[in-house]
Amino acid sequence: MNETLVTIAYLVAAVLFILSLGGLSKQESARRGNALGIAGMILALLVAVLSDDVSRYGWLILAMAPAVVIGAALAARVQMTQMPQLVALLHSFVGAAAVLVGFASFVDPHAGMTTSAELIVHSIEIFIGVGVGAITFTGSIIACLKLHGSMSGNPLILPARHLLNLLVLLVTVGLGIWFVIGHDHLTLGIVLLIIATILTGLFGIHMVMAIGGADMPVVVSMLNSYSGWAAAAAGFMLGNDLLIITGALVGSSGAILSIIMCRGMNRSFISVILGGFGTDSGGGGGGSAATPEGDVTSIEASEAASLMRQAKRIVIVPGYGMAVAQAQHVLAEVVRLLRDDGIEIRFAIHPVAGRLPGHMNVLLAEANVPYDIVMEMDEINDDLPETDLTLVIGANDIVNPSAETDPHSPIAGMPVLQVWKGNKVIMMKRGMATGYAGVGNPLFFNDNTSMLFGDAKDNVDGILAALKN
Amino acid sequence: MKVGIPLEIHESEQRVAAVPSTVQQLIKLGFEVQVEAGAGFGARISNGSYSQVGATVVEDTKELWSTSDLILKVRAPEQNEAGLLADGASLISFIQPATNAALLEQLAARHATVFGVDCIPRISRAQKMDALSAMANIAGYRAVIEASYAYPHFLGGQMTAAGRIDPAKVLVIGGGVAGLAAVTAAKGLGAIVRAFDTRMAVKEQVESLGGEFLVLDFDEAGEGSGGYAKVMSKEFIEAEMALFAQQAIEVDIIITTAVIPGRDAPKLITGGMIETMRQGSVIVDLAAEFGGNCVLTEPGRMIEHHGVNIIGFTDLPSRMATLSSRLYSNSVLKFIEEIGDAGNFNIDHGNEVVRGALVLENGETRWPPPKVVKPEGDPYSVDVGERPAKVKPAETSDAAVESNTNSISVVQTSGIILGILVLIAIGLWAPADFVSHFTVFVLACFIGWQVVWNVSPALHTPLMSVTNAISGIIILGGMLHLSADSTTAAIVLGVFAVFFATINICGGFLVTRRMLAMFRR
Repeated sequence: MNETLVTIAYLVAAVLFILSLGGLSKQESARRGNALGIAGMILALLVAVLSDDVSRYGWLILAMAPAVVIGAALAARVQMTQMPQLVALLHSFVGAAAVLVGFASFVDPHAGMTTSAELIVHSIEIFIGVGVGAITFTGSIIACLKLHGSMSGNPLILPARHLLNLLVLLVTVGLGIWFVIGHDHLTLGIVLLIIATILTGLFGIHMVMAIGGADMPVVVSMLNSYSGWAAAAAGFMLGNDLLIITGALVGSSGAILSIIMCRGMNRSFISVILGGFGTDSGGGGGGSAATPEGDVTSIEASEAASLMRQAKRIVIVPGYGMAVAQAQHVLAEVVRLLRDDGIEIRFAIHPVAGRLPGHMNVLLAEANVPYDIVMEMDEINDDLPETDLTLVIGANDIVNPSAETDPHSPIAGMPVLQVWKGNKVIMMKRGMATGYAGVGNPLFFNDNTSMLFGDAKDNVDGILAALKN
Repeated sequence: MKVGIPLEIHESEQRVAAVPSTVQQLIKLGFEVQVEAGAGFGARISNGSYSQVGATVVEDTKELWSTSDLILKVRAPEQNEAGLLADGASLISFIQPATNAALLEQLAARHATVFGVDCIPRISRAQKMDALSAMANIAGYRAVIEASYAYPHFLGGQMTAAGRIDPAKVLVIGGGVAGLAAVTAAKGLGAIVRAFDTRMAVKEQVESLGGEFLVLDFDEAGEGSGGYAKVMSKEFIEAEMALFAQQAIEVDIIITTAVIPGRDAPKLITGGMIETMRQGSVIVDLAAEFGGNCVLTEPGRMIEHHGVNIIGFTDLPSRMATLSSRLYSNSVLKFIEEIGDAGNFNIDHGNEVVRGALVLENGETRWPPPKVVKPEGDPYSVDVGERPAKVKPAETSDAAVESNTNSISVVQTSGIILGILVLIAIGLWAPADFVSHFTVFVLACFIGWQVVWNVSPALHTPLMSVTNAISGIIILGGMLHLSADSTTAAIVLGVFAVFFATINICGGFLVTRRMLAMFRR
């Protein structure tokens, strides 16, 4: 197949990928966006297969056939509450592929590299590609394990970890320089590359280990971004513009998501990456944050149900606790029942609710909640004062008024859903424990707040049963 | 401070601005009250009832007006009345400042301070002073009574030995206070009641009163400010008119209450519609005073057209003067209390209610009032715009926070410098091939940046899974090592790369599809 034609086909595929991401701007066009992405991918693969560069079809089929089955099975079987793990796992695959492609590029030098400048640039590309790929791979694996619960979600803090990270970084850079200088020496190169892979891999593990549960949306977005950069680096190695474009798209997409998540917590990206909340503050000014206290009003599910019946406008604020308890389906049933009675119900989604950007929206969509009653924080915050009843399910920090009122609170300045401005709040919680940020919530003690303790699923079941009677 | 209650001289006006019980309250507040002789007759209140509670009954109209510091009236003063007002005196009554410019000029010339009871803002705190609602309630009730009087049948259905009587069908247009009162009254007489309003919020209220709410198959909400409806689009009005034409054929009584503040009432019932109505049907047009909702309405009169009686009375509350005087005078009393008692009768511009009602102050125009910012009550209510400067997470002491911000700016500066150095290095030494790829890379980053910011936050998870899938394009990297001249090592590495990337492509696209299929409206 003609070289130029291949390039043009890749260009078309790149345009299709851009349109695919563009399609996700609206619900109406999202499905078409996905279809365009698939079309772009099929085009790219067909052209690659037909081009002169790929000829060992046996190997290709051997590699692809089982992967197609595995991928399809993963996609079909995964539960929506497990989406964060799946996304993390898929990131790790991109990282792994980037490492492998980097090694392959090194052992299988591309023809046509004659000048030494070209070879040096190529070596740098390989080294960066492998390094970013390795961080993405191990970091995503750890993120996946943490999200899946196979590993504790608590941040693991090694002593002198910042120093450790810095050391690893410096050594890696040193290895890189050595690698670039000795690029024409194959065995030395491979050894150096393997050492660098291990080091960056350990760096990836260490980085994600130090980050705690509720910061996971940032980590997953960041790894999303890294997987893009890894793909772009592979594109540079191979001189393939389609890979570069796609990598850049994915990389900036992940970066934007990270920014959105950080804004949602009013934390800087660096402070998230450096470690969990309050873990390295060692007291300091944090000690002056007011500890709320007072009497808590506790109610039963049946009372909550009758409060919901009496309300005209209800807002539901779901959090990670809803996902953990798998309460979304019963909740959707409750919503349907009340909506049929003419009660206006909407959902308020905080940007960092859950463990993945947009996770709550997917869970609610899975439970057949219509997407036009699921609102973003900015869309609904102004309406909260006119709300008769706000139901908070498994969320804490994102509805904490001290973010706005207590400048000494660790979450000061974090944008929160102002549920306390409504007439009545029901908080569903397992107990009085603090949220991820470890901050007490004065909302619990408000006169118009009632606490509904227990497992979210059991409580929503109770409400549903009471409503049906 | 002397309060004067004149006799209403507007034709057929029976109400009076203060009844004995409120006069008593005013005297308690320290006011001296004088009532014009006969002022209460229309409301069946004798002069004696006023003097009994401590008011002075004044025979002479001019004397009453010229000696009162504060005049309480129902109707806006007529031309000759305004001339009687003492220089610098105050007046509380209906004013309709938007359509009463000449009167305002006249009052301004007398350096009057004027409060319009119709200008009191319709906020929850001022509900007890809302004379408009009190009067509308009465008008809505009376509209049904007038209609049933003119209607030659029962309103309720009956099964008699002499035959079956079907209940009358009543259509109420406009679900404000008057409309809802009409629904209640008509329902109480046994009629089948339908109601229509552009504001969907009214649906619930109509249904709770036992009426049926008619809905247009049209998506436009009519909520305007202050609880009134707004002007709707042309398409909406067309759909609305089609509905009314249909209803006109079916119903026996139409009560229209559609008023938009500061405008002529919308014309909703056309001559054509009236001609399709059954003989003996009745239309009561509560908007008659504002031009009427029905094209044929004659304000103040009942006319007949094609056997349909069209009632355009503008004095419905006045026809129940005893009740309406009591409610009106109570509203006015509450408003006076809001301003202050006799010794403390000051105009507080900071008081939203008083400021809203203030039309003239010592002859100077104060209407319309400035837009009021949202009141804030609870300690948590901090407006987004006024939120105190964002505070960094206080995980460290203030000094440490400061050094932290400094170090970030150092990082930023060094990042920019590093970036410039890298670009220079690329420009100087990099091969041409690399530079062209680099160009593509940078441009693609910008495109990605632009495109992804538009992604709806609800779709962030699908976005991640799609990017998962398309970053599987790294499969090309694996595939290119499966060429004829590749070494075995490269082939093995390539095979694994293809394997992982394929899982990504396949899994990513399929799970996205699965997710997107779940998003339903």
